[in-house]
Amino acid sequence: MKNEIEIPQQLSALREFTAARIAIGRAGNSIPLKQSMEFKLAHAHARDAVYSTLDIDGLFTRLEVFGFPVLHLHSQAANRHKYLKRPDLGRLLNDDYKERLNCNVTNPDIAIIIADGLSAEAVNGNAYSLLKILIPKLLDAKLTVGPICLVEHGRVAIGDDIASGLKARFSILLIGERPGLSAADSMGAYLTYNPQPGLTDESRNCISNIRKHGLSYKHAADKIFYLVSESFRRKLSGVGLKDNAGLLGES
Amino acid sequence: MYSFTVRNRVYRFKDLKTLLAKASPYRTGDALAGVCAESYEERVAAQIALADVTLKTFLNKVIIPYEKDEVTRLIIDSHDVAAFSLIGSFTVGEFRDWLLGDEIDKIVLESIAAGITPEMAAAVSKLMRNQDLIAVAKKCEVITKFRNTIGLRGHFSTRLQPNHPTDEPKGVAASIIDGLLYGSGDACIGINPATDSPAAVLNLLNLIDTLRQQFDIPTQSCVLSHITTTLDLINQGAPVDLCFQSIGGTEQTNTSFGVSLALLDEAYEATLSLKRGTVGQNVMYFETGQGSSLSANAHHGVDQQTCEVRAYAIARRYKPLLVNTVVGFIGPEYLYDGKQIIRAALEDHFCGKLLGLPMGVDVCYTNHAEADQDDMDNLLTLLGVAGCNFIMGIPGSDDIMLNYQSTSFHDALYLRKTLGLKPAPEFEQWLIKQGITNGEGDLLSVNSSHKLLSGIL
Repeated sequence: MKNEIEIPQQLSALREFTAARIAIGRAGNSIPLKQSMEFKLAHAHARDAVYSTLDIDGLFTRLEVFGFPVLHLHSQAANRHKYLKRPDLGRLLNDDYKERLNCNVTNPDIAIIIADGLSAEAVNGNAYSLLKILIPKLLDAKLTVGPICLVEHGRVAIGDDIASGLKARFSILLIGERPGLSAADSMGAYLTYNPQPGLTDESRNCISNIRKHGLSYKHAADKIFYLVSESFRRKLSGVGLKDNAGLLGES
Repeated sequence: MYSFTVRNRVYRFKDLKTLLAKASPYRTGDALAGVCAESYEERVAAQIALADVTLKTFLNKVIIPYEKDEVTRLIIDSHDVAAFSLIGSFTVGEFRDWLLGDEIDKIVLESIAAGITPEMAAAVSKLMRNQDLIAVAKKCEVITKFRNTIGLRGHFSTRLQPNHPTDEPKGVAASIIDGLLYGSGDACIGINPATDSPAAVLNLLNLIDTLRQQFDIPTQSCVLSHITTTLDLINQGAPVDLCFQSIGGTEQTNTSFGVSLALLDEAYEATLSLKRGTVGQNVMYFETGQGSSLSANAHHGVDQQTCEVRAYAIARRYKPLLVNTVVGFIGPEYLYDGKQIIRAALEDHFCGKLLGLPMGVDVCYTNHAEADQDDMDNLLTLLGVAGCNFIMGIPGSDDIMLNYQSTSFHDALYLRKTLGLKPAPEFEQWLIKQGITNGEGDLLSVNSSHKLLSGIL
């Protein structure tokens, strides 16, 4: 484009060292159109991810393969707008669904909960692939696994409500993370020993950026399995466990 | 008890903090806290009732008990009665009209700043439209100095924010060079470190300091670590220009940040003792943002804007170089959309300036807020008109470490060009000397032989 100022090669070479949007040139004083559109597209992906919805049918079909009951649950946030404005409601299970939970109390070692969080796309795309590796490892270690719960408009702490309702000893909650411009489909895994309503984030361990082009399913499953084993051994999760997790190495 | 009657309906507000909260323009954070007005009518009734409250009332009736909160104690104990005398007879409503008067200029506003408490500033802001907030803020001129002079009328600065997700030195340096070539970085070169480890922070401090000295850049550096980390590094002899800390408007909020006035006093004295400033000794850099007290469950039923302004009482105790309200970072449960973010930013900028602070704004949003670049363009332009001291400068608006969108290097250029604003004078001279801009402030083409591009990596 004629108005664009040429970018010296030494400057664009600096891109090797960072993913930041450096050396993008300018059109007058403004960001050139190409880069402006790239940014807009990334933001559009993030926005679409925030408003994406759980693929309930697709997830049911795939998750039933594991042979556990799959439960469809809902938080107290009635819709996305409510969910965004009232994080407190996203942390609580809708009363209408408590019965469904009560029929499935199996006192498992581990409850698995999948919540949309801020990107349903993330769990639609990543949850099954991770569980396919993780669940056999848990079963091999003689851990019992409870129903798999799918939660709409859920935040992290809703796992406490659900897992304690199932009388589970441990919860693994997979949730869509807040979309960024570089990735809108990052999934997080939150691990909580002895899940009870009222716990806060320092009681959990978190593994972040699980996605095809981020932390791989295999590596994520290894990390989760390691933390689960350590949690059961030391009877705790969260900050106290994190200090000793150096064995995991770099992601 | 305060009340106002609209068409036979009597609205009663049981105390001052309730009145302030109900008079606040709507935002999600106050709804989440359960303190906002329940109808449009109640909000206006509260505003009309608030207009009749005298400014003296705020000295006699504190909204968080004096015994329970050191921020309240600071506000009351540091109140300047002489400075207050000029406005001491006003109601909040009269104060609003008076502030807008033609004869009220920078000199008058400076003379009363120490007599205005945060609650008075918050109260009057709630009666003002965005236009009023801009018009009065524009009258203020808050100038601060370290290695350059920030806040002069007609000047507009940027904090160059070269964050990197793993603090990779070459990645950080690449963003710094990029920013400098766009004329960014006169407020400071300030990095949010990915970890608070002292060794990592020290590396970054040394990195910026080396660059600064190599190219003789008249600016200051800051690594935004926790104040205890900075204090330790000062004691180890690290090159600390500015001492950073996030602060909030209640003692409990600050406890959640791991700070207290005593700790801030200690860090301030330690940073001052280094005497690294060349044209002045404003050594503190504070960040704030509406919603932090609610987020820390430490708001005492006070609305989020009033909590925010109370944090400014802490800031002004330390004569900071920079105060930055990070307005859209906190998320939609506190400020839902572009409208709420813009309103909050203008309130913060106005209240800070009225209290005598060098206000800058991180014009920003997250991807789950109902906001986009157009909202940020609007806010940026409004702040430029209002005389905001500085904004952030981030490669392409995209902070790859903090995962939010703020203003780009280009945004600052747009504002300078459109409103005829210049960088800090010392920095402007440096840009001309480096062949980055011409005397008109226009960017020059950078060629491959530019010395900022040679041999630094």
